[in-house]
Amino acid sequence: MLKRKRLLFAIAAILPTLAIFFWVRIIPIGEILRLSVHKWDLLSRNKPFIGLENFRELFADHLFWEALRNTSIIAFGVLLLTIPTAMVISALIYHRTKSRFAGFYETSVFIPHVASLVPAAMAWKWIFDARLGPLNAFLGMFGIQPQAWLFDPTLSLISIIILCSWQALGYAVIIYLVGFKNLPNSLFEAARLDGASAPQSFWFISMPMLKPITLYVSVVTLVSAFNVYAQVFVLASDAQGAPGRQVRVLVLDMLENAFRNYRVGYAASEAVVLLAIVLVLTFIQFTLLREKGARS
Amino acid sequence: MSIPSNSAPQSGSSKWNRKRKLTDWAIDGFLILFGVMMVLPLLMLVANAFKTPQELVSWPPTFIPNNPTLDNLTAVLNDTPLLLWMFNSFAFATLSTIAILATSAIAGYVLGKFKYRSLNIIFLIILATAIVPFEVYMIPLYFQVQSLGMLNSLWGLLIGYLVMSFGIFLIRQNVIHSVPDELLEAARIDGAGELWIFFFIVVPLLRSALGALAVLAFFQAWTAFAWPLIVATTRESYTIEVGLALFQTGFTVDLGKLSAASAIVLIPSVTLFVLLRKNFVEGVAGTGLKE
Repeated sequence: MLKRKRLLFAIAAILPTLAIFFWVRIIPIGEILRLSVHKWDLLSRNKPFIGLENFRELFADHLFWEALRNTSIIAFGVLLLTIPTAMVISALIYHRTKSRFAGFYETSVFIPHVASLVPAAMAWKWIFDARLGPLNAFLGMFGIQPQAWLFDPTLSLISIIILCSWQALGYAVIIYLVGFKNLPNSLFEAARLDGASAPQSFWFISMPMLKPITLYVSVVTLVSAFNVYAQVFVLASDAQGAPGRQVRVLVLDMLENAFRNYRVGYAASEAVVLLAIVLVLTFIQFTLLREKGARS
Repeated sequence: MSIPSNSAPQSGSSKWNRKRKLTDWAIDGFLILFGVMMVLPLLMLVANAFKTPQELVSWPPTFIPNNPTLDNLTAVLNDTPLLLWMFNSFAFATLSTIAILATSAIAGYVLGKFKYRSLNIIFLIILATAIVPFEVYMIPLYFQVQSLGMLNSLWGLLIGYLVMSFGIFLIRQNVIHSVPDELLEAARIDGAGELWIFFFIVVPLLRSALGALAVLAFFQAWTAFAWPLIVATTRESYTIEVGLALFQTGFTVDLGKLSAASAIVLIPSVTLFVLLRKNFVEGVAGTGLKE
């Protein structure tokens, strides 16, 4: 009797959430898979099944390749810039946990992560501005010629990488700090008694011990960088006095196909490619983690 | 470097101590400089908001305004419905936070404390979909919102942000770790109803986890971009992020006004963050414990 009541409660309690979850997650994910093998041009009434035709066309589309290339460069650029910096900065912050400025370190590194994307991107747009920006002014002090940061194809990618890394750093640092706090102290004591210097114990103890954290942060950073959009939207759009070169990224290309070219099925196939990339990255993370678990 | 600073040096030599102190000061100096560099772009943006047009185009750029002016602020408030956009964002973020807290608390509790095999399957499905980025399925979701006739409305925006897989996961972990079975059993023996147990025993025990989740959920919605950009496309329904992003592409817009608008947006959210920092850090750190 009591058991039955509990079961009824469990069902009644979880049902509304499940219904919402089903409707706003499961259905759209199923739909994106279904749409990717259909031709649907929004204006037309019928959606014929066309198999992998969307994907075939996608892989021959130079705009898609440009988007994929740019997005990959941005994602891996952010990874390479963020992870090593986060490691060093979090090691230093952890070392100075007792400092009276410790709160300031954590807060200042984290603020860019919570600052609204668009205002933050605008701040950087001004910094990178070729004519008026402080970056060129700063470089000018060393006799470096002003650069067209947001207009040159290579430099505009670098600008986006810097902006995204600046935003991603705080998250990585916080996660690493949790990792450092969970490391066993005795290990460092032993290393110190054996005469290891601080940089040595960072390199030979902390880094290997933090490998699971590094993997996790790397995948999170990569996945969110593969979804880059707002930053590009702001940095690379034209505004008065600041010409921008449009940098095509996957989400931008996808939205353009769906809402400007009205090719929803085609855009869906692009979303499926994005999903595949994310799944592969996650799979790699799990495989590497399991390997590590098997060895120890 | 990762040796905790409280561990006492084993040798009492003052030379060793002095060297250690100097290193710590150097590290402090470096971290302070680094921290200032991290917030400098935002500080400069706020400074720009108070500069006159002449000063904004002067070379080299200045850091602190020479004759601060409020013209940019008043101009941008006259030109755009900035306060309405902020209200939209605020309402959207608040409602999303409430929805995520409610769904996560109930689902997390049931999934954490009720042992039925079907619940395990449900939990696995929720975990699996957590990997899928929002950008992947937002196009079909857009058409679902359209079929409800909710485009360009707060409710349409909200539909994308009603549940958070990670939130359910976070609460479930907390329920398993910090809600003792004995307490629930004792309450049941005393004749307490399941709903009463949930509201008066479970929820109070989850206060800190729910606090962390609330901050996470609020900032997630507050900084949302791609979803509001496609769902709310009328000037009256823009969120602040979309409103600003589209405002900056206008031809008659100058840097002073843009900076002023950005400053108006940044200052409250950054202040809120500094106040809630402890909660937020806890919430984000929780995401690292997924494994």
